Amino acid sequence: MSTVSPHSDTPKIELIGVKKAFGPKKVLDGVDLSVAKGESFVIIGGSGTGKSVMLKSILGLLRPDAGTIKVDGEETTHIDGRARDRVMTKFGMLFQGGALFDSLPVWQNVAFGLIQGQGMKRSQARDIAIEKLAAVGLGPDVANLSPAELSGGMQKRVSLARAIATTPEIIFFDEPTTGLDPIMADVINDLIVKCVRDLGATALTITHDMASARKISDRIGMLYQGKLIWQGPTSAIDDSGNAYVDQFIHGRAEGPIQMQVKLG
Amino acid sequence: MGFLSGIGRATLVFLAATGRLALFTARGLSHCVRPPFYPRLLVQQMREIGYNSLPVVGLTALFTGMVLALQSYTGFARFNASSAIATVVVLSITRELGPVMAGLMVAGRVGAAMAAEIGTMRVTEQVDALTTLSTNPFKYLVAPRLLAGTLMLPCLVLVADIIGVFGGYVVSIYRLGFNPSAYLTSTAQYLQTIDVVSGLVKAAAFGFIIALMGCYNGYHSKGGAQGVGAATTHAVVSASIMILMINYLLTGLFFS
Repeated sequence: MSTVSPHSDTPKIELIGVKKAFGPKKVLDGVDLSVAKGESFVIIGGSGTGKSVMLKSILGLLRPDAGTIKVDGEETTHIDGRARDRVMTKFGMLFQGGALFDSLPVWQNVAFGLIQGQGMKRSQARDIAIEKLAAVGLGPDVANLSPAELSGGMQKRVSLARAIATTPEIIFFDEPTTGLDPIMADVINDLIVKCVRDLGATALTITHDMASARKISDRIGMLYQGKLIWQGPTSAIDDSGNAYVDQFIHGRAEGPIQMQVKLG
Repeated sequence: MGFLSGIGRATLVFLAATGRLALFTARGLSHCVRPPFYPRLLVQQMREIGYNSLPVVGLTALFTGMVLALQSYTGFARFNASSAIATVVVLSITRELGPVMAGLMVAGRVGAAMAAEIGTMRVTEQVDALTTLSTNPFKYLVAPRLLAGTLMLPCLVLVADIIGVFGGYVVSIYRLGFNPSAYLTSTAQYLQTIDVVSGLVKAAAFGFIIALMGCYNGYHSKGGAQGVGAATTHAVVSASIMILMINYLLTGLFFS
Protein backbone atom coordinates (compact mmCIF):
# COMPACT_ATOMS: atom_id res chain seq x y z
CA MET A 1 0.00 0.00 0.00
CA SER A 2 3.02 2.33 0.02
CA THR A 3 2.90 5.43 -2.16
CA VAL A 4 6.51 6.44 -1.70
CA SER A 5 9.49 4.26 -2.34
CA PRO A 6 10.30 2.41 0.85
CA HIS A 7 13.99 2.63 -0.03
CA SER A 8 14.64 6.27 0.91
CA ASP A 9 18.10 6.78 2.39
CA THR A 10 17.09 7.79 5.93
CA PRO A 11 14.58 5.53 7.64
CA LYS A 12 11.52 7.34 8.97
CA ILE A 13 11.70 5.26 12.16
CA GLU A 14 14.76 3.37 13.32
CA LEU A 15 15.32 1.29 16.45
CA ILE A 16 18.78 0.00 17.28
CA GLY A 17 19.25 -2.48 20.12
CA VAL A 18 16.32 -1.12 22.16
CA LYS A 19 15.96 -2.73 25.57
CA LYS A 20 13.33 -2.21 28.22
CA ALA A 21 12.69 -4.12 31.42
CA PHE A 22 10.19 -3.73 34.23
CA GLY A 23 11.93 -5.05 37.32
CA PRO A 24 13.32 -8.49 36.51
CA LYS A 25 11.05 -8.90 33.46
CA LYS A 26 12.79 -8.12 30.17
CA VAL A 27 10.10 -6.85 27.80
CA LEU A 28 12.28 -5.60 24.95
CA ASP A 29 15.60 -7.36 24.58
CA GLY A 30 17.51 -5.62 21.82
CA VAL A 31 14.95 -4.71 19.15
CA ASP A 32 16.30 -3.58 15.77
CA LEU A 33 13.80 -2.12 13.32
CA SER A 34 13.86 0.18 10.33
CA VAL A 35 10.72 1.60 8.72
CA ALA A 36 11.13 3.56 5.49
CA LYS A 37 9.24 6.71 4.59
CA GLY A 38 5.77 5.95 3.26
CA GLU A 39 5.96 2.34 4.34
CA SER A 40 3.31 0.53 6.37
CA PHE A 41 4.94 -1.84 8.83
CA VAL A 42 2.92 -4.18 11.02
CA ILE A 43 4.29 -5.86 14.12
CA ILE A 44 2.56 -9.06 15.13
CA GLY A 45 3.01 -11.08 18.27
CA GLY A 46 1.13 -12.58 21.16
CA SER A 47 -0.10 -10.74 24.20
CA GLY A 48 2.67 -9.61 26.55
CA THR A 49 5.45 -9.83 23.97
CA GLY A 50 6.27 -6.11 24.22
CA LYS A 51 4.43 -4.69 21.21
CA SER A 52 2.77 -1.86 23.14
CA VAL A 53 5.97 -1.13 25.08
CA MET A 54 7.85 -0.77 21.80
CA LEU A 55 5.23 1.60 20.42
CA LYS A 56 5.21 3.68 23.61
CA SER A 57 9.01 3.83 23.56
CA ILE A 58 8.97 5.27 20.04
CA LEU A 59 6.27 7.76 21.07
CA GLY A 60 8.36 8.85 24.06
CA LEU A 61 5.76 7.71 26.59
CA LEU A 62 8.30 5.22 27.95
CA ARG A 63 12.07 5.62 28.09
CA PRO A 64 14.13 2.61 26.96
CA ASP A 65 16.84 1.27 29.27
CA ALA A 66 19.28 0.92 26.39
CA GLY A 67 19.49 1.36 22.64
CA THR A 68 18.66 4.14 20.23
CA ILE A 69 15.43 5.38 18.66
CA LYS A 70 15.61 7.68 15.66
CA VAL A 71 12.87 9.55 13.82
CA ASP A 72 13.90 10.99 10.45
CA GLY A 73 17.50 10.26 11.44
CA GLU A 74 17.24 12.38 14.62
CA GLU A 75 17.87 10.57 17.86
CA THR A 76 14.77 10.92 20.04
CA THR A 77 15.60 8.43 22.79
CA HIS A 78 16.34 10.98 25.48
CA ILE A 79 14.88 14.24 24.21
CA ASP A 80 12.47 16.29 26.30
CA GLY A 81 10.74 19.65 26.30
CA ARG A 82 10.51 21.56 23.04
CA ALA A 83 12.57 19.04 21.10
CA ARG A 84 10.09 16.33 22.13
CA ASP A 85 7.14 18.61 21.30
CA ARG A 86 8.57 19.16 17.81
CA VAL A 87 8.90 15.41 17.21
CA MET A 88 5.41 14.77 18.60
CA THR A 89 3.91 17.02 15.90
CA LYS A 90 4.97 14.38 13.36
CA PHE A 91 2.94 11.68 15.12
CA GLY A 92 -0.67 10.57 15.06
CA MET A 93 -1.89 7.70 17.19
CA LEU A 94 -4.92 5.44 17.17
CA PHE A 95 -5.22 3.88 20.63
CA GLN A 96 -6.56 0.38 21.21
CA GLY A 97 -9.51 1.58 23.28
CA GLY A 98 -9.93 4.80 21.30
CA ALA A 99 -8.83 6.95 24.28
CA LEU A 100 -11.35 9.61 23.34
CA PHE A 101 -11.76 12.40 25.89
CA ASP A 102 -15.19 11.72 27.34
CA SER A 103 -15.50 15.26 28.70
CA LEU A 104 -15.43 16.71 25.17
CA PRO A 105 -17.85 16.33 22.25
CA VAL A 106 -16.74 14.37 19.20
CA TRP A 107 -15.66 17.37 17.12
CA GLN A 108 -13.48 18.74 19.92
CA ASN A 109 -11.85 15.33 20.25
CA VAL A 110 -11.00 15.34 16.55
CA ALA A 111 -9.88 18.97 16.61
CA PHE A 112 -7.94 18.65 19.88
CA GLY A 113 -4.48 18.53 18.32
CA LEU A 114 -5.33 21.49 16.09
CA ILE A 115 -6.70 23.70 18.89
CA GLN A 116 -4.41 22.77 21.79
CA GLY A 117 -1.34 21.59 19.89
CA GLN A 118 -1.27 24.07 17.00
CA GLY A 119 -3.29 26.96 18.47
CA MET A 120 -5.81 26.99 15.61
CA LYS A 121 -9.04 28.99 15.98
CA ARG A 122 -11.93 26.85 17.18
CA SER A 123 -14.22 27.68 14.23
CA GLN A 124 -11.56 26.72 11.71
CA ALA A 125 -10.63 23.59 13.68
CA ARG A 126 -14.29 22.58 13.79
CA ASP A 127 -14.53 22.75 9.98
CA ILE A 128 -11.45 20.54 9.66
CA ALA A 129 -12.87 18.12 12.26
CA ILE A 130 -16.12 17.78 10.26
CA GLU A 131 -14.03 17.18 7.14
CA LYS A 132 -11.95 14.48 8.87
CA LEU A 133 -15.10 12.86 10.27
CA ALA A 134 -16.42 12.68 6.71
CA ALA A 135 -13.15 11.05 5.63
CA VAL A 136 -13.83 8.18 8.05
CA GLY A 137 -17.47 7.89 7.00
CA LEU A 138 -19.15 9.86 9.78
CA GLY A 139 -21.62 12.67 9.14
CA PRO A 140 -21.67 16.09 10.78
CA ASP A 141 -24.58 14.93 12.96
CA VAL A 142 -22.16 13.05 15.24
CA ALA A 143 -19.95 16.12 15.76
CA ASN A 144 -21.81 17.35 18.83
CA LEU A 145 -22.38 13.93 20.39
CA SER A 146 -20.44 12.71 23.39
CA PRO A 147 -18.06 9.76 22.75
CA ALA A 148 -20.14 7.71 25.21
CA GLU A 149 -23.09 7.97 22.82
CA LEU A 150 -21.19 6.20 20.02
CA SER A 151 -20.81 2.49 19.27
CA GLY A 152 -17.37 0.84 19.48
CA GLY A 153 -16.90 1.02 15.71
CA MET A 154 -17.87 4.68 15.58
CA GLN A 155 -15.50 5.48 18.46
CA LYS A 156 -12.70 3.79 16.53
CA ARG A 157 -13.52 5.93 13.48
CA VAL A 158 -13.53 9.10 15.56
CA SER A 159 -10.20 8.07 17.03
CA LEU A 160 -8.87 7.52 13.51
CA ALA A 161 -10.18 10.95 12.48
CA ARG A 162 -8.36 12.45 15.48
CA ALA A 163 -5.16 10.60 14.56
CA ILE A 164 -5.15 12.05 11.03
CA ALA A 165 -6.54 15.52 11.86
CA THR A 166 -3.12 17.17 12.24
CA THR A 167 -1.86 15.58 8.98
CA PRO A 168 0.88 13.60 10.74
CA GLU A 169 3.90 12.17 8.94
CA ILE A 170 3.83 8.99 11.02
CA ILE A 171 0.71 7.23 12.28
CA PHE A 172 0.75 4.54 14.94
CA PHE A 173 -2.09 2.05 15.22
CA ASP A 174 -2.42 0.06 18.43
CA GLU A 175 -4.62 -2.99 17.85
CA PRO A 176 -6.93 -1.07 15.51
CA THR A 177 -9.47 -3.87 15.05
CA THR A 178 -9.60 -5.31 18.58
CA GLY A 179 -13.13 -5.60 19.93
CA LEU A 180 -14.83 -5.03 16.58
CA ASP A 181 -16.98 -7.43 14.59
CA PRO A 182 -15.32 -8.79 11.40
CA ILE A 183 -17.22 -6.47 9.07
CA MET A 184 -16.48 -3.34 11.10
CA ALA A 185 -12.87 -4.52 11.45
CA ASP A 186 -12.59 -4.69 7.67
CA VAL A 187 -14.15 -1.23 7.36
CA ILE A 188 -11.52 0.12 9.77
CA ASN A 189 -8.77 -1.66 7.81
CA ASP A 190 -9.99 -0.04 4.58
CA LEU A 191 -10.10 3.36 6.28
CA ILE A 192 -6.57 2.92 7.60
CA VAL A 193 -5.28 2.02 4.13
CA LYS A 194 -7.12 4.98 2.59
CA CYS A 195 -6.07 7.52 5.22
CA VAL A 196 -2.43 6.50 5.23
CA ARG A 197 -2.34 6.52 1.41
CA ASP A 198 -4.07 9.92 1.17
CA LEU A 199 -1.68 11.48 3.67
CA GLY A 200 1.39 9.75 2.25
CA ALA A 201 2.21 8.90 5.84
CA THR A 202 4.40 6.20 7.33
CA ALA A 203 2.41 3.72 9.41
CA LEU A 204 3.47 1.46 12.25
CA THR A 205 0.79 -0.90 13.50
CA ILE A 206 0.76 -3.50 16.24
CA THR A 207 -1.86 -6.20 16.06
CA HIS A 208 -2.49 -9.89 16.46
CA ASP A 209 -5.31 -9.81 13.90
CA MET A 210 -3.71 -11.48 10.87
CA ALA A 211 -6.47 -10.42 8.47
CA SER A 212 -5.82 -6.84 9.46
CA ALA A 213 -2.05 -7.26 9.27
CA ARG A 214 -2.20 -8.69 5.76
CA LYS A 215 -4.52 -5.97 4.53
CA ILE A 216 -2.76 -2.86 5.82
CA SER A 217 0.93 -3.77 5.69
CA ASP A 218 3.79 -3.56 3.22
CA ARG A 219 6.03 -5.46 5.61
CA ILE A 220 5.42 -7.52 8.72
CA GLY A 221 7.68 -8.27 11.67
CA MET A 222 7.08 -10.69 14.51
CA LEU A 223 8.01 -9.83 18.09
CA TYR A 224 8.66 -12.73 20.43
CA GLN A 225 10.34 -12.66 23.84
CA GLY A 226 11.43 -9.06 23.35
CA LYS A 227 13.10 -9.60 19.97
CA LEU A 228 12.00 -9.18 16.36
CA ILE A 229 12.49 -12.79 15.33
CA TRP A 230 11.38 -12.33 11.71
CA GLN A 231 10.56 -9.50 9.35
CA GLY A 232 9.83 -9.42 5.66
CA PRO A 233 7.35 -8.43 2.96
CA THR A 234 3.72 -9.26 3.63
CA SER A 235 3.65 -11.54 0.62
CA ALA A 236 6.43 -13.66 2.16
CA ILE A 237 4.82 -14.33 5.51
CA ASP A 238 3.23 -17.60 4.47
CA ASP A 239 6.65 -18.88 3.41
CA SER A 240 8.67 -17.35 6.23
CA GLY A 241 10.40 -20.60 7.10
CA ASN A 242 10.13 -19.59 10.73
CA ALA A 243 8.31 -22.06 12.95
CA TYR A 244 7.25 -19.36 15.42
CA VAL A 245 5.73 -17.21 12.66
CA ASP A 246 3.99 -20.24 11.14
CA GLN A 247 2.45 -21.20 14.45
CA PHE A 248 1.29 -17.64 15.12
CA ILE A 249 -0.25 -16.86 11.74
CA HIS A 250 -2.11 -20.17 11.70
CA GLY A 251 -3.19 -19.80 15.32
CA ARG A 252 -2.03 -23.28 16.36
CA ALA A 253 -1.77 -24.28 20.02
CA GLU A 254 1.04 -26.74 19.20
CA GLY A 255 4.43 -25.41 18.25
CA PRO A 256 7.51 -23.72 19.63
CA ILE A 257 5.48 -20.91 21.27
CA GLN A 258 4.29 -22.29 24.58
CA MET A 259 1.46 -20.33 26.15
CA GLN A 260 1.35 -20.39 29.91
CA VAL A 261 -2.09 -21.75 30.67
CA LYS A 262 -3.10 -22.59 34.19
CA LEU A 263 -6.20 -24.70 34.54
CA GLY A 264 -8.45 -24.73 37.57
CA MET B 1 17.41 -8.61 62.10
CA GLY B 2 14.14 -9.16 60.26
CA PHE B 3 12.54 -6.42 62.33
CA LEU B 4 15.32 -3.96 61.48
CA SER B 5 15.21 -4.78 57.78
CA GLY B 6 11.45 -4.26 57.90
CA ILE B 7 11.93 -0.78 59.34
CA GLY B 8 14.60 -0.09 56.73
CA ARG B 9 12.35 -1.21 53.90
CA ALA B 10 9.44 0.88 55.18
CA THR B 11 11.72 3.92 55.52
CA LEU B 12 12.99 3.52 51.96
CA VAL B 13 9.44 3.15 50.62
CA PHE B 14 8.37 6.26 52.55
CA LEU B 15 11.35 8.29 51.31
CA ALA B 16 10.79 7.15 47.73
CA ALA B 17 7.09 8.12 47.93
CA THR B 18 8.00 11.51 49.44
CA GLY B 19 10.54 12.08 46.68
CA ARG B 20 8.00 11.20 43.99
CA LEU B 21 5.46 13.58 45.50
CA ALA B 22 8.06 16.35 45.80
CA LEU B 23 9.05 15.94 42.13
CA PHE B 24 5.40 15.89 41.08
CA THR B 25 4.77 19.08 43.09
CA ALA B 26 7.78 20.86 41.60
CA ARG B 27 6.78 19.81 38.09
CA GLY B 28 3.17 20.89 38.65
CA LEU B 29 4.23 24.28 40.03
CA SER B 30 6.66 24.90 37.20
CA HIS B 31 3.88 24.33 34.66
CA CYS B 32 1.65 26.81 36.53
CA VAL B 33 3.98 29.67 35.57
CA ARG B 34 5.13 28.58 32.11
CA PRO B 35 3.04 29.02 28.95
CA PRO B 36 0.97 27.80 27.26
CA PHE B 37 -1.84 28.50 29.72
CA TYR B 38 -5.38 27.15 29.51
CA PRO B 39 -7.65 29.91 30.89
CA ARG B 40 -10.79 28.09 29.78
CA LEU B 41 -9.82 25.05 31.86
CA LEU B 42 -8.83 27.24 34.80
CA VAL B 43 -12.25 28.90 34.82
CA GLN B 44 -13.93 25.50 34.50
CA GLN B 45 -11.99 24.16 37.48
CA MET B 46 -12.64 27.34 39.51
CA ARG B 47 -16.35 26.87 38.91
CA GLU B 48 -16.15 23.19 39.85
CA ILE B 49 -14.07 23.71 43.00
CA GLY B 50 -15.55 27.03 44.11
CA TYR B 51 -19.08 27.61 42.92
CA ASN B 52 -20.19 23.96 42.91
CA SER B 53 -18.82 23.41 46.43
CA LEU B 54 -20.74 26.35 47.88
CA PRO B 55 -23.82 24.38 49.01
CA VAL B 56 -21.89 21.71 50.91
CA VAL B 57 -19.41 24.16 52.43
CA GLY B 58 -22.17 26.64 53.28
CA LEU B 59 -24.31 24.02 55.03
CA THR B 60 -21.31 22.68 56.94
CA ALA B 61 -20.37 26.19 58.09
CA LEU B 62 -23.94 27.04 59.04
CA PHE B 63 -24.40 24.01 61.28
CA THR B 64 -20.88 24.30 62.69
CA GLY B 65 -21.59 27.88 63.76
CA MET B 66 -24.95 26.86 65.23
CA VAL B 67 -23.49 23.94 67.19
CA LEU B 68 -20.59 26.06 68.37
CA ALA B 69 -22.93 28.68 69.82
CA LEU B 70 -25.05 26.02 71.51
CA GLN B 71 -22.08 24.11 72.99
CA SER B 72 -20.33 27.28 74.11
CA TYR B 73 -23.47 28.41 75.89
CA THR B 74 -23.90 25.15 77.82
CA GLY B 75 -20.29 25.40 78.98
CA PHE B 76 -19.91 29.15 79.55
CA ALA B 77 -23.26 29.60 81.32
CA ARG B 78 -21.85 27.64 84.28
CA PHE B 79 -19.24 30.35 84.80
CA ASN B 80 -21.47 33.31 83.95
CA ALA B 81 -19.32 33.86 80.86
CA SER B 82 -22.02 33.53 78.24
CA SER B 83 -21.24 37.03 76.95
CA ALA B 84 -18.05 35.57 75.45
CA ILE B 85 -19.99 33.29 73.10
CA ALA B 86 -19.98 35.73 70.20
CA THR B 87 -16.20 36.10 70.44
CA VAL B 88 -15.67 32.35 70.74
CA VAL B 89 -17.86 31.69 67.71
CA VAL B 90 -16.24 34.27 65.44
CA LEU B 91 -12.65 33.41 66.41
CA SER B 92 -13.22 29.65 66.19
CA ILE B 93 -14.88 29.95 62.82
CA THR B 94 -12.43 32.36 61.19
CA ARG B 95 -9.24 30.88 62.63
CA GLU B 96 -9.93 27.15 62.66
CA LEU B 97 -13.30 25.67 61.87
CA GLY B 98 -14.03 27.63 58.71
CA PRO B 99 -10.86 26.62 56.84
CA VAL B 100 -10.60 23.11 58.31
CA MET B 101 -14.23 22.13 57.77
CA ALA B 102 -14.28 23.65 54.28
CA GLY B 103 -10.97 21.91 53.49
CA LEU B 104 -12.22 18.52 54.63
CA MET B 105 -15.52 18.86 52.78
CA VAL B 106 -13.81 19.97 49.57
CA ALA B 107 -11.25 17.15 49.94
CA GLY B 108 -14.13 14.68 50.01
CA ARG B 109 -16.03 16.29 47.15
CA VAL B 110 -13.41 17.69 44.80
CA GLY B 111 -10.25 15.74 45.69
CA ALA B 112 -12.07 12.46 45.12
CA ALA B 113 -13.54 13.68 41.82
CA MET B 114 -10.12 14.85 40.58
CA ALA B 115 -8.46 11.54 41.43
CA ALA B 116 -11.28 9.56 39.83
CA GLU B 117 -11.31 11.67 36.65
CA ILE B 118 -7.56 11.75 36.10
CA GLY B 119 -7.25 8.12 37.21
CA THR B 120 -9.84 7.03 34.65
CA MET B 121 -8.05 9.08 32.01
CA ARG B 122 -4.80 7.35 32.97
CA VAL B 123 -6.13 3.78 32.77
CA THR B 124 -8.01 4.43 29.52
CA GLU B 125 -4.87 5.93 27.92
CA GLN B 126 -6.41 9.40 27.63
CA VAL B 127 -3.37 10.86 29.43
CA ASP B 128 -1.10 9.21 26.84
CA ALA B 129 -3.41 10.52 24.11
CA LEU B 130 -2.84 14.07 25.39
CA THR B 131 0.91 13.61 24.97
CA THR B 132 0.53 12.27 21.43
CA LEU B 133 -1.60 15.32 20.61
CA SER B 134 1.29 17.64 21.58
CA THR B 135 -0.36 18.62 24.85
CA ASN B 136 1.52 18.31 28.13
CA PRO B 137 -0.74 16.51 30.66
CA PHE B 138 0.78 18.55 33.48
CA LYS B 139 -0.18 21.79 31.83
CA TYR B 140 -3.59 20.57 30.73
CA LEU B 141 -4.68 18.53 33.76
CA VAL B 142 -2.55 19.40 36.78
CA ALA B 143 -1.72 23.12 36.56
CA PRO B 144 -5.33 24.40 36.19
CA ARG B 145 -6.44 22.27 39.14
CA LEU B 146 -3.58 23.40 41.38
CA LEU B 147 -4.25 27.05 40.58
CA ALA B 148 -8.02 26.73 40.91
CA GLY B 149 -7.72 24.90 44.26
CA THR B 150 -5.34 27.50 45.67
CA LEU B 151 -7.46 30.42 44.48
CA MET B 152 -10.94 29.14 45.26
CA LEU B 153 -10.56 27.68 48.76
CA PRO B 154 -9.94 31.14 50.32
CA CYS B 155 -13.09 32.42 48.56
CA LEU B 156 -15.07 29.47 49.88
CA VAL B 157 -13.69 29.98 53.39
CA LEU B 158 -14.60 33.67 53.33
CA VAL B 159 -18.18 32.70 52.53
CA ALA B 160 -18.04 29.89 55.11
CA ASP B 161 -16.83 32.39 57.76
CA ILE B 162 -19.79 34.66 57.12
CA ILE B 163 -22.29 31.79 57.09
CA GLY B 164 -20.75 30.19 60.19
CA VAL B 165 -20.92 33.43 62.17
CA PHE B 166 -24.47 33.89 60.94
CA GLY B 167 -25.33 30.37 62.20
CA GLY B 168 -24.00 31.27 65.64
CA TYR B 169 -25.94 34.54 65.54
CA VAL B 170 -29.22 32.80 64.66
CA VAL B 171 -28.91 30.30 67.53
CA SER B 172 -27.75 32.94 70.00
CA ILE B 173 -30.54 35.37 69.18
CA TYR B 174 -33.52 33.13 68.47
CA ARG B 175 -32.80 30.22 70.77
CA LEU B 176 -30.62 31.53 73.57
CA GLY B 177 -32.25 34.96 73.75
CA PHE B 178 -29.19 37.21 73.30
CA ASN B 179 -29.55 40.87 72.39
CA PRO B 180 -28.79 41.17 68.62
CA SER B 181 -26.98 44.49 68.91
CA ALA B 182 -24.81 43.33 71.83
CA TYR B 183 -24.02 40.07 70.05
CA LEU B 184 -22.88 41.88 66.90
CA THR B 185 -20.81 44.33 68.93
CA SER B 186 -19.08 41.46 70.74
CA THR B 187 -18.49 39.71 67.43
CA ALA B 188 -16.73 42.72 65.93
CA GLN B 189 -14.96 43.83 69.12
CA TYR B 190 -12.32 41.10 69.37
CA LEU B 191 -12.06 40.12 65.71
CA GLN B 192 -8.73 41.18 64.19
CA THR B 193 -7.50 41.17 60.63
CA ILE B 194 -4.99 38.41 61.42
CA ASP B 195 -7.84 36.09 62.45
CA VAL B 196 -9.41 36.27 59.01
CA VAL B 197 -6.13 36.44 57.10
CA SER B 198 -4.69 33.39 58.87
CA GLY B 199 -7.83 31.43 57.94
CA LEU B 200 -7.54 32.49 54.32
CA VAL B 201 -3.84 31.58 54.13
CA LYS B 202 -4.69 28.19 55.60
CA ALA B 203 -7.45 27.83 53.03
CA ALA B 204 -5.05 28.54 50.17
CA ALA B 205 -2.66 25.90 51.51
CA PHE B 206 -5.51 23.41 51.93
CA GLY B 207 -6.79 24.10 48.41
CA PHE B 208 -3.35 23.44 46.98
CA ILE B 209 -2.99 20.21 49.00
CA ILE B 210 -6.43 18.93 47.95
CA ALA B 211 -5.73 19.54 44.26
CA LEU B 212 -2.20 18.17 44.54
CA MET B 213 -3.26 14.92 46.18
CA GLY B 214 -6.19 14.49 43.78
CA CYS B 215 -3.93 14.99 40.75
CA TYR B 216 -1.00 12.97 42.13
CA ASN B 217 -3.03 9.92 43.05
CA GLY B 218 -5.09 10.04 39.88
CA TYR B 219 -2.01 10.50 37.68
CA HIS B 220 -0.29 7.47 39.21
CA SER B 221 -3.29 5.15 39.33
CA LYS B 222 -2.79 1.72 37.79
CA GLY B 223 -4.95 -1.15 36.63
CA GLY B 224 -8.66 -0.70 36.11
CA ALA B 225 -11.60 0.24 38.28
CA GLN B 226 -9.89 -1.07 41.42
CA GLY B 227 -6.83 1.12 40.79
CA VAL B 228 -8.99 4.20 40.26
CA GLY B 229 -10.96 3.39 43.42
CA ALA B 230 -7.75 3.06 45.43
CA ALA B 231 -6.44 6.35 43.98
CA THR B 232 -9.65 8.10 45.01
CA THR B 233 -9.44 6.75 48.56
CA HIS B 234 -5.76 7.70 48.88
CA ALA B 235 -6.46 11.18 47.55
CA VAL B 236 -9.14 11.90 50.16
CA VAL B 237 -7.35 10.26 53.10
CA SER B 238 -3.93 11.80 52.38
CA ALA B 239 -5.40 15.25 51.72
CA SER B 240 -7.44 15.12 54.95
CA ILE B 241 -4.45 14.08 57.06
CA MET B 242 -2.23 16.70 55.46
CA ILE B 243 -4.87 19.38 56.04
CA LEU B 244 -4.90 18.60 59.76
CA MET B 245 -1.10 18.52 59.95
CA ILE B 246 -0.61 21.75 58.03
CA ASN B 247 -3.36 23.38 60.08
CA TYR B 248 -1.34 22.68 63.21
CA LEU B 249 1.87 24.01 61.66
CA LEU B 250 0.24 27.20 60.34
CA THR B 251 -1.59 27.82 63.62
CA GLY B 252 1.77 27.58 65.38
CA LEU B 253 3.27 29.96 62.84
CA PHE B 254 0.53 32.59 63.17
CA PHE B 255 -0.38 32.48 66.85
CA SER B 256 2.41 30.94 68.94
